[in-house]
Amino acid sequence: MTTAVIDNTNDNPRARSPLVLGDTSLTRVTDLVCSVYERPATRGWYIAFGISASLTLLLFAMIGYLFARGIGVWGLNHPVGWAFDITNFVFWVGIGHAGTLISAILFLFRQKWRTSINRSAEAMTIFAVACAGIFPLIHIGRPWLAYWLFPYPNQMAMWPGFRSPLLWDVFAVSTYATVSLLFWYMGMVPDLATMRDRATTRPRQIAYGLLSLGWRGSNRHWLRFEKAYLLLAALATPLVLSVHSVVSFDFAVSVLPGWHTTIFPPYFVAGAIFSGFAMVLTLLIPVRQIFGLKDLITPKHLDNMTRIILATSLMVGYSYAIEFFIAWYSGNSFELFAFLNRSLGPYWWAYWIMVTCNVIVPQVFWFKFFRSNTTAIFITSLLVNVGMWFERFVIIVTSLHRDYLPSSWGMFKPTAVDLLTMLGSFGLFFTLFLLFIRFLPFVAMAEVKSVMPHVLHEAGPTALGDYWGDAPRDHRAPDKGAH
Amino acid sequence: MADHSAPAAAAVPEVPVFWGYAAEFDSVTGVLHAAKECRDAGFTRWDVLTPFPVHGLNDAMGLRNTRLPWFVFGMGAIGFLTGNLMQWWMNAVDYRLIVSGKPFWSLPANIPVAFELTILFSALSAFFGMWVLNGLPRHYHPTLTSRRLKHATTDRFYVVVEAADPRFDRAKTREFLQSLGASHVEELED
Repeated sequence: MTTAVIDNTNDNPRARSPLVLGDTSLTRVTDLVCSVYERPATRGWYIAFGISASLTLLLFAMIGYLFARGIGVWGLNHPVGWAFDITNFVFWVGIGHAGTLISAILFLFRQKWRTSINRSAEAMTIFAVACAGIFPLIHIGRPWLAYWLFPYPNQMAMWPGFRSPLLWDVFAVSTYATVSLLFWYMGMVPDLATMRDRATTRPRQIAYGLLSLGWRGSNRHWLRFEKAYLLLAALATPLVLSVHSVVSFDFAVSVLPGWHTTIFPPYFVAGAIFSGFAMVLTLLIPVRQIFGLKDLITPKHLDNMTRIILATSLMVGYSYAIEFFIAWYSGNSFELFAFLNRSLGPYWWAYWIMVTCNVIVPQVFWFKFFRSNTTAIFITSLLVNVGMWFERFVIIVTSLHRDYLPSSWGMFKPTAVDLLTMLGSFGLFFTLFLLFIRFLPFVAMAEVKSVMPHVLHEAGPTALGDYWGDAPRDHRAPDKGAH
Repeated sequence: MADHSAPAAAAVPEVPVFWGYAAEFDSVTGVLHAAKECRDAGFTRWDVLTPFPVHGLNDAMGLRNTRLPWFVFGMGAIGFLTGNLMQWWMNAVDYRLIVSGKPFWSLPANIPVAFELTILFSALSAFFGMWVLNGLPRHYHPTLTSRRLKHATTDRFYVVVEAADPRFDRAKTREFLQSLGASHVEELED
């Protein structure tokens, strides 16, 4: 099948690279995507699911232990009051951002290649935000009072203080989770209808029938669907930038050397997209291999993603450099100390792991050899994940462990509970992702079909509700009925 | 309470009723052409089923744009006002909170929450507004009963004309649809 074009990663700007390789019939797209869940699960899937589900149980066991014994089971103590909990929170929220970038920002920029990967990236967003949401809730000491975070009328006649970035976080992250979920589900409905119409067993017919909401592919529906999709993309774009900005405010609004910097919002957003793309690659490279989706998630897609990783790696590297420059240029001795201590103090190893993984390693993507070598991409993506986890750890712990008075200095050492909780959160993430592969459309079939070359050429000029906005407006038809 | 004395004849008839035609097309070009012809023939109760949004089909069908964005904009504005009013009332009126001697009410510190509520209200209204305007979810529709029309969500395109259309004629409409190059004309029952 895959005879026509194997390498579609050419750099010729005059020639459009095909986004789907091999036989580009509409039927084949559906067959390829549906084969992912229609075939019985392989032994590999069961093994992976078994491991990740066990880790998920471990996560819940650790949370139960934490609730029973209190925060003391973590390595937190004065002066380091935030460590693995907030590191994991920021790490997971950041992972989610690449999904929104692919689904919303690349949509607004008319990047047609996003169609093969947006669904899985959005799923990744939801699951990452679910993992992220756990940590602030369990780190508050009395998690059964977590609802105090929300402004609700209560017998104490008190309201939360809206000047705290921690409260902004509550609104930002919960809005982000809600909007991501709506966007993901709405985009999935036409594909769920495809699955409903292909379903052969009664439980599947009922489940997909309910989930697809009676979608029948009516063009009157598509018109409003596309408009709503565009609106959600336009809303999710500033939202995703605001979410990580607000997360960075948790640090930047305080007056701690190492946190109190104005570069934090853009620096955090770039880092979030950087880490998220690494996670997309970590997930997609095995999946396209195992489920035979190489004709949909082509070398071109991987190539594009490595370029984004390279670009965001440079932004992150620039931020690291400018932090040092400003620490020196500001003439503030506490600021300068914080940064010298960060790179040469007791946590020097964490700092240099971060720099190596985030700034040095991704430079290999300047070379086409590495951009087209799946193994190299996969290894790099893993290293970037490691590096970005350490970035949050470095920012949080190194800034806290040595403050103004040497008498109150201290060190943070993670306990087994810290490490196992972090491991468990990866278990939850992969469990959800493995279930997604088995039960929901992994690739946005309807969207891929709409960017097939023959479909684009056949469609001709268009105007109203134009999905990609790339065709000129020709005639105005007489008005008859949508609304 | 409902009137229990209603005659049994009012129950749903057992015999399927002819509902309309679905003309099948294999290509985007074919369905675009057919949609233009149907639009020009003056049908009003008709539709096109496609597996993905086809560019140009809205014009070919003569559809007006949707008013959804206005609704979303209105709800977004309400979200922005709600966010500001909520914070003002909670922190400056009902429970006055002194934070570092700052004013009880000043916009900059309240922008993030107001912004998030703007987005939240707009996104919820875009999502639910779209389904409401589309008349979905809906558990039954005559086009979902045909086995052949299952292709409408995979690889084929259908022009559907309802028998309830004033210009519908069982023989002539069938001929008309076939003349547009339909590879098959399916009779749909309700």
